[in-house]
Amino acid sequence: MRRSYIHILLYLALIVGVDLLTHALGKSYYLTQLTMSFYYSMVVLGLVLLMGYAGQISLGHAGFFAIGGYSTAVLSTINLMPYKEKPIIRLLESMGFLLMREDLYGARILSFNPWIGVITAVVLAGVVAYLIGIPVLKLKGHYLAMATLGFGIIVYRVVLGTPVFGEADGISDVPGFQIFPGLSINGEMDTKRMNYYIASAIVLVLLYLLMNLINSRVGRALRAIHGSEDAAEAVGIDTAGYKLRVFVLSAVIAAFAGALLTHFNGGIGPGESSVMKSVRYVAIVAAGGMASLWGGLATSMVLNFLSLRGYFGSYDDAVFGAVLILIMLFAPEGIIKIGRRQ
Amino acid sequence: MLRVRNIEAGYGKVKVLRRVSLHVSPGEIVTIIGANGAGKTTLLKSIAGLLRTWSGEIRFRDKDITNGAPESIVALGCVLVPEGRQVFSTMTVRENLELGATVRYKREPKEAIQDDLNRVFELFPRLKERQGQLAGTLSGGEQQMLAIGRALMSGAELIMMDEPSMGLAPVIVKEIFRIISELRKQGKTILLVEQNAKAALSISDRGYVIETGRIVLQEPAEALLENRDVQRAYLGRDLDAEVEI
Ligand SMILES: Nc1ncnc2c1ncn2[C@@H]1O[C@H](COP(=O)(O)OP(=O)(O)O)[C@@H](O)[C@H]1O
Ligand SMILES: [Mg+2]
Repeated sequence: MRRSYIHILLYLALIVGVDLLTHALGKSYYLTQLTMSFYYSMVVLGLVLLMGYAGQISLGHAGFFAIGGYSTAVLSTINLMPYKEKPIIRLLESMGFLLMREDLYGARILSFNPWIGVITAVVLAGVVAYLIGIPVLKLKGHYLAMATLGFGIIVYRVVLGTPVFGEADGISDVPGFQIFPGLSINGEMDTKRMNYYIASAIVLVLLYLLMNLINSRVGRALRAIHGSEDAAEAVGIDTAGYKLRVFVLSAVIAAFAGALLTHFNGGIGPGESSVMKSVRYVAIVAAGGMASLWGGLATSMVLNFLSLRGYFGSYDDAVFGAVLILIMLFAPEGIIKIGRRQ
Repeated sequence: MLRVRNIEAGYGKVKVLRRVSLHVSPGEIVTIIGANGAGKTTLLKSIAGLLRTWSGEIRFRDKDITNGAPESIVALGCVLVPEGRQVFSTMTVRENLELGATVRYKREPKEAIQDDLNRVFELFPRLKERQGQLAGTLSGGEQQMLAIGRALMSGAELIMMDEPSMGLAPVIVKEIFRIISELRKQGKTILLVEQNAKAALSISDRGYVIETGRIVLQEPAEALLENRDVQRAYLGRDLDAEVEI
């Protein structure tokens, strides 16, 4: 644990250092891509727990990310003005569930409070993951990879083919998410630095929670399952239960990340739910060392940043596919060793 | 304590166990002997809830545990030391032992578990010396001791062991069987599966012979040791592995 605190201090120093450096160099627009990378990294951290500790692969985490993003996008852009006088809408409004704002043309729009959107996102993803996980995780082996692959494809096709989700255009004009007065996740120019710090802080809190989980009895049980599922069962570890809980947790984290990034970007498109995105997350976890939170985070920040800045050009998806192949061939333990246990 | 009645089980469509019945009373050491592939492992896995049975009934301490969840069967006090030891090789000896107590953390104070850890270390001083070492770096005999110790940590009263002597040097085998007798003295009940029939029977009260998924013989251990068919089929090759207690 001591080493972890040093890591946390380094992390904080790096966050502030990068901010000051980009500021000094006049390249503070980098902060936008870094902020986005932080949100994608949350998905990676959840997957480190699932892949590196519970030993299960998900090829559908872009699907959960999209469930999160689209849930809050739909709820926070839907216009309830025409139904304003209905008792149910009045009730919701009096409970603080709704928010009035003006769109670009000054028209008044009554939608759900982004808090409701984000909470719905997380709950919905958790329920869906639970329903997928229950039958699949009772089986031993890599059935989860197949089931989630199917799930990911379904989400992608649904998003592409459904008018509420904006089909190929996605949903835009998603308002910012005010966490509390003065602190808001949105894509406006004057809050760029604040958003960079919000995202990095959320990632830090997530890291801290996951580190504690890994060092608890739960983490030990997960490593046992990873080591030998049969033996874990024989000593009385509820293997199916643990795998299910970790899968649901990782899905919830992905949806939370998707919801926050959607508020930051002001919209979401079907590309976020594509299977190639899921493969990308898996490739990053593998490159980061599978069971390493710090390794996964570092790899994710670098690769996502480069990708978002367009360094990979039209080979963007191919780069991540290649990373996955190379890792499996030459370094199945991952390339980054920092923060590895034992 | 344990009563198995007419159970049938198998893999896919292949039936392995055919109407198997047996019982184990408190304080007994009972051995099941049988050739490779007879269904011994299948039987223990079915009792432990690791494999679904197709029919029949398994009762433990007067509770029906047929097709129960493995963790609840362990929690009731029936634990399996699996074939081939299956220790968690990337975890330390101590972590392996603590994992054995998984089912107890919710219902018992930490001190009780710590007491049992000390008791296991008394029984296996070598594990105490090596508690910080990764289990994968232990010798075969030490891994077997760890697998037994891990099972003891569950606090179970009935310990089922699947070929604990497999692949071990004769002197280690002797040590393992000595420990099994010692466990009985400490109040444990033991259901043992062995190909090393002579050594196993010499510490047992009763024995069963299983052939192609059927129990074909059930007798006191001495009687089995005297039985000519058994001598010919199962006792021929391990004359030098006899254990004196
Ligand atoms: N996982 C499995 N899948 C299919 N058949 C199996 C499996 N495990 C064991 N068997 C078969 O079941 C029979 C009994 O095996 P087992 O119970 O392991 O025997 P034993 O432990 O007495 O050597 C054998 O014919 C074996 O081939
Ligand atoms: Mg066997």
